[in-house]
Amino acid sequence: MFQGRDIACERGERRIFTGLNFVITPGQALVLRGPNGCGKTSLLRISATLLTAADGALTWNGSDIAENPEGHRANLHYIGHQDAVKGALTVRENIAMWAKIRATATDHTEAAMAAFDITHLADTPAQYLSAGQHRRTALARLVASPAKLWLLDEPTVSLDQAGTECLQQAIATHQAKNGMVMAATHIELGLDDAEILQLKPQ
Amino acid sequence: MSIHYFANPTRFTRLAGRVQPWAAGLTVVLLLIGLYLALIEAPADYQQGDTVRIMFVHVPAAWMAMFCYSFLAVASAIALIWRHPLADLAAKASAPIGASFTFLALVTGSIWGKPMWGTWWVWDARLTSVLILFFLYLGYMALWEAIEDGQKAGKAAAVLALVGAVNVPIIKFSVDWWNTLHQPASVMRMDGPAIHPSMLWPLLIMALAFQTYFVTLLLARMRMELNLRRIRALRLAERTS
Amino acid sequence: MKIFLAIISRDMLLAVRQGGATFLALIFFLLTVTLFPLGIGPEPAILARVAPGVLWVAALLAAMLSLDRLFQADFEDGSLEQLTLSGLPLSLIVLAKIITHWLTTGLPLLLAAPVLAVLLNMNDEGFEALLLTMLIGTPALSLIGAIGAALTLTVRRGGVLLSLLVLPLYIPVLIFGVSAIDAAVHGLNAKPHLLLLAALTVAAIPLCPWAAAAAVKLSLE
Repeated sequence: MFQGRDIACERGERRIFTGLNFVITPGQALVLRGPNGCGKTSLLRISATLLTAADGALTWNGSDIAENPEGHRANLHYIGHQDAVKGALTVRENIAMWAKIRATATDHTEAAMAAFDITHLADTPAQYLSAGQHRRTALARLVASPAKLWLLDEPTVSLDQAGTECLQQAIATHQAKNGMVMAATHIELGLDDAEILQLKPQ
Repeated sequence: MSIHYFANPTRFTRLAGRVQPWAAGLTVVLLLIGLYLALIEAPADYQQGDTVRIMFVHVPAAWMAMFCYSFLAVASAIALIWRHPLADLAAKASAPIGASFTFLALVTGSIWGKPMWGTWWVWDARLTSVLILFFLYLGYMALWEAIEDGQKAGKAAAVLALVGAVNVPIIKFSVDWWNTLHQPASVMRMDGPAIHPSMLWPLLIMALAFQTYFVTLLLARMRMELNLRRIRALRLAERTS
Repeated sequence: MKIFLAIISRDMLLAVRQGGATFLALIFFLLTVTLFPLGIGPEPAILARVAPGVLWVAALLAAMLSLDRLFQADFEDGSLEQLTLSGLPLSLIVLAKIITHWLTTGLPLLLAAPVLAVLLNMNDEGFEALLLTMLIGTPALSLIGAIGAALTLTVRRGGVLLSLLVLPLYIPVLIFGVSAIDAAVHGLNAKPHLLLLAALTVAAIPLCPWAAAAAVKLSLE
């Protein structure tokens, strides 16, 4: 269970949000909604320990993540605005490399490429990919190495209809395996049972 | 009284406003006494003649160069560890003052060097160390300028100041090491082995005057920086409301 | 440890694929050293006298030149934040990148240095010391430089600023490195100089990655 209590965020001497509470239980998805600048990205980055909250506490199964940030990081996948895909490496190398850096016991690279329908691009250097294919390569990391919590920041950007369906399928499989998802998105991801956290601009 | 007692900017501004005129007045008095003793009372050196009087500016300036960097490092450590909001302000404010003292030490050292060694610049261990210290100040100030986000700039500069503080003794040692390898033994040292009391007093008073001058400038710069931040905050509030 | 090695092998693979950086550093090293005989004249005795200093200054500049890419490319495409999420402490991630920097810059410079020493007519007695000082000293260049690279990460065109921050910190490495070679050339004992240089590198191993990691964390926030 991933829980945030009374989270506050400050960026450049400006309060973005205060007193934010949320709970994600295994198998559950939480969708962040709100206008631009209301702190969706900040909340995701705080959840990924990339940002420090100005106030409040995040807990993982009841224990504060600040006590063991490295352990928390190993539990999560974060997909941000940038794809972290290297143009000099092929699609397969890109996905396999991140799986290796995340020290997965078994390599799911092939399954990951199949899940996002990029197997035919496996040996193509990533610099020749279109923006959507680039994005799919980044998203394939989610499947290549398992993690309990997925933090997704506008994951469907530059994806086409088929790509979005791949992502929906991946999320459904993840939830079926008791995985948790926190996503900021403007389009419906087909997350029927998802809870919605509405962020208000301050 | 906790370390955060003066963290309140309003309280600090009020206190600083009260202390600053006293510090300024003290600086003027000490400087007048010090200069009188140094330029008129103190005897001319039997070897160096009146040239020796440059020492009364040069040596305190060199001391202040070191002192300001220590101050900068301590303030940076407080800013990083306790996140004291005035500490990075103090660090930022002290850097240009320290750099100016360092520059003064370099220039007076050079002027002193001309009659002493016959050249404007000698790669003497002491002068070389001060020159490197000057570069450290410049790097610190440049980093503050280069990073746009004020909070980030403060933290990055604090990390740099601490790295620099660890390195200053190492650099000093290495430059001394280098100097003993290359220095011909005949070159005269800048300060004699022992200072006569008639010279010591003006020197100490001048050093004290420089110290109070530092306090005056530091308070003025910190108040200015606080006001600038307040203006920025007001502008931001105006724009977002 | 597995993650640590995975990061090093990733960076090495990228360095090989993208090439360039090592080659450029070597060319820069060669070119700078070539400028000295042209600038101060081809007199063999003078060149032999200045050779240790010239070689070290040129190596130092060449190592610094490649520093601004140390974190920059990964910072820009989001890889750096993914790396920090690998579950490995940030200082170890930074250390892995420093090791790669040394393997792709310091090591090639070390191998090229004796050839350039021949061009500068350096005394035969100095070669062993030259190799030793480079072997001990160049890791310190990568370690100290990483702090500068991390601090200037968010600065646009931080290259010049990087040199202003890093070069003063390189001075002790330069002094001990050159003095060791000088001592060997003059038939003196180079050991004290080498030991001081080694002390510098050993002290830098725990301190520099830690400071650089603090700076990287700032840039990611």
